[in-house]
Amino acid sequence: MAFQILLNIFLAFLWMFIKVSADPISFIKGYLFGLLIIFVLRRFFKSRFYLFRIWSFVKLTLIFFRELILSNIAIVKIVLKPKLDMSPGIFALETDLTEDWQITLLSSLITLTPGTLVISVSDDNKILFVHAMDIGEIETEISNIKNTFERAILEVSR
Amino acid sequence: MSVIVNFLIGFFVLAGAFLCLIATFGVIRLPDVYTRNHAASKATTLGVMSILLGTFLYFYAFLDHFNSRLILGFVFIFMTSPVSGHLINRAAYNSGIKLWDRSVRDDLKEYNEQVLKKDKL
Repeated sequence: MAFQILLNIFLAFLWMFIKVSADPISFIKGYLFGLLIIFVLRRFFKSRFYLFRIWSFVKLTLIFFRELILSNIAIVKIVLKPKLDMSPGIFALETDLTEDWQITLLSSLITLTPGTLVISVSDDNKILFVHAMDIGEIETEISNIKNTFERAILEVSR
Repeated sequence: MSVIVNFLIGFFVLAGAFLCLIATFGVIRLPDVYTRNHAASKATTLGVMSILLGTFLYFYAFLDHFNSRLILGFVFIFMTSPVSGHLINRAAYNSGIKLWDRSVRDDLKEYNEQVLKKDKL
């Protein structure tokens, strides 16, 4: 992905040199033309076209914000309830993610989801231990995390 | 137009202050470290973030001043506060602070015992 961006900047400079004009407008024009060229030649690169990856990163950021707002609503509900009737606990969550940055991202996503907080990561990076505020249906919780967050992170790194 | 902006600024600042208040109540009311950490690490994140956003909007709309440091602070809080919540929880667990007595299950304890057994063998 870094190679594609570098190539795109190089193509933009090439455009500026061909046009003999060194202003930002022609850089942007050259960048857009280079984007078109890279899109046409995308099957020669090992990774996929880099705008797709940037788009999936934007989606991941939006998921982050949505979860933050939902978790705050859940916290407000729990704190303002007159009786403390939740049942907290720690459950284990096995991940398929391998890279360090992916696991960091997943654990901060889990920390911002409603009612869950990561306590510890096992030494072989395979299990996350999550403290849940209300440990009603663990299975659905786990499948939720797997379906939304892990898939979004894998989408970014694909 | 300016009515909408006024409303938004007021909404963001008041919602942030309300969330910080709720987080304080949570820290006082909830029973143990872990559940308190839930309240403190989530509600204050969004609270401080929305106060910063309201401030940014105010300076941008009324004084025509684009303050990028507020945006940076927004991003930094967003990145660091879940990590700090995680670290406090982990430190509390490793120094042996007990869960609330009405807690249901504890997978981490079993895992640690298994690891200890393996080390002995």
